[in-house]
Amino acid sequence: MSFMPYVPPEQLMKDRSDYAHKGIARGKSVVAVEYSDGILFVAENPSATLHKISEVYDRIAFAGVGKYSEFEDLRIAGVRHADLRGYSYGREDVKARDLANAYSQTLSTIFTQQMKPYEVELLVAEVGEEPESNAMYHVLFDGSVTDEDRFVAMGGKAEDLGNALGSAWEAAWDLPTAVASSVAALSTAESRQIEAVQIEAGVLDRTRKGRRKFRRLSPEEVSGILSNR
Amino acid sequence: MRGAAPEPDPGRQIGANPSFFDLVMSVRPEVAPVARSGDVPAAHGTTVLGLKFGGGVVMAGDRRATEGFSIADDRIEKVFAADEYSAIAIAGAAGQAVEIVKLFQLELEHYEKITGDRLSLEGKANRLAQMIRGNFPMALQGLVVVPLFGGFDERRGDGRLFYYDATGGRWEEEDYHATGSGGRPAKSSLKKRWRPGLARDEAIRVAVEALVDASEEDSATGGPDPARGIYPNVVAIGPDGVTEVPEDEVRGAYQAVLEGRA
Repeated sequence: MSFMPYVPPEQLMKDRSDYAHKGIARGKSVVAVEYSDGILFVAENPSATLHKISEVYDRIAFAGVGKYSEFEDLRIAGVRHADLRGYSYGREDVKARDLANAYSQTLSTIFTQQMKPYEVELLVAEVGEEPESNAMYHVLFDGSVTDEDRFVAMGGKAEDLGNALGSAWEAAWDLPTAVASSVAALSTAESRQIEAVQIEAGVLDRTRKGRRKFRRLSPEEVSGILSNR
Repeated sequence: MRGAAPEPDPGRQIGANPSFFDLVMSVRPEVAPVARSGDVPAAHGTTVLGLKFGGGVVMAGDRRATEGFSIADDRIEKVFAADEYSAIAIAGAAGQAVEIVKLFQLELEHYEKITGDRLSLEGKANRLAQMIRGNFPMALQGLVVVPLFGGFDERRGDGRLFYYDATGGRWEEEDYHATGSGGRPAKSSLKKRWRPGLARDEAIRVAVEALVDASEEDSATGGPDPARGIYPNVVAIGPDGVTEVPEDEVRGAYQAVLEGRA
């Protein structure tokens, strides 16, 4: 028979939290900013196919930082949750708030009950009919959720990134300005120039035709925007 | 919410199953359209057709649903975009058909979101065959669903058309096909009018004419009704994806058919 040595809960939570922080700090950052037609997501991502930014539902998108396998697992769970909800009830009944709560519950359970916490931070964003009804929920590895507006910065350099965006952000940016400013903020936070090929970007565009408002920006579109500046 | 995912069976499958149909059958079987016993009166959709034109496919359906000898509805839709590059047209038990279409649309969208890739047209056509096969117990009770599936194959750069039977059998057509109670007269009409490499607007006219012919031969097929503003649903699929042909254009095609007969 083996005995677990006594570890005070404060210490246990602190260790887990430090562990998760370290894991997240190793990864690259993601920003989301509100612009005139919706919400823009920009990430530094060396891979063109392993995405950090994805569509979840008609008006909802997901961004994750940290450990890929873990946020990918949560992304898939989110898509299933949303599609089942929309199928069982109605498409307009699928809300970012509901999804953020589900993520919060899941991450909180993992944080307290599993051997190791998930090393992830998530963003669940929903574009509204008007700019005032946009919603952005930032979910942390321990399940805490914050309701954000204007912009959200996540990942290793979140603080520097938040500061850079905070001084630059203006209401009703157009898309090219929002892309250029987000890339500039990422570059400032990393203290190096980030090239267009390393950028992954997507938008929830309320003016997009049809019910699915999410669209990825192609590498050509991003480099076109950046070279015109 | 993690409980919502089906338990993976270790050793047999790894990774996320991208099928929405499998997901709904495993976690919410009560909301999926599955076989239930009993012979119930149900509305039936009648005639749908599809034909290829140069660079794409046109699919069309009349607007009538019947229940026995009564007209249940004169404005139902039987042709639906399945995703951005394919469409599905359904004749047969209307309630069942609409449910299968809804599930099929979600199946394609879910796959795209989970994997990050759109299914190939071949893959979509196969998946639909499996879903129709799943409906076979209902077909035995008279709730037969027989779809046509058409789409633009981005890899081949051409339109393709598939038809199915109630057992999930799947065949590809090189030219045109029509199904439902008015399928036979519609097909005769298509046989006379269709030729390879039709232009898009010609194909729309041929489709409307076939539906008019079907409505004149088959009591369960509704013809265009200008007095009440009822015109067939027509969908065209080409390299730019699916577009619902606007009613004005369908009305124009109907006028052209009438003038051709005068």
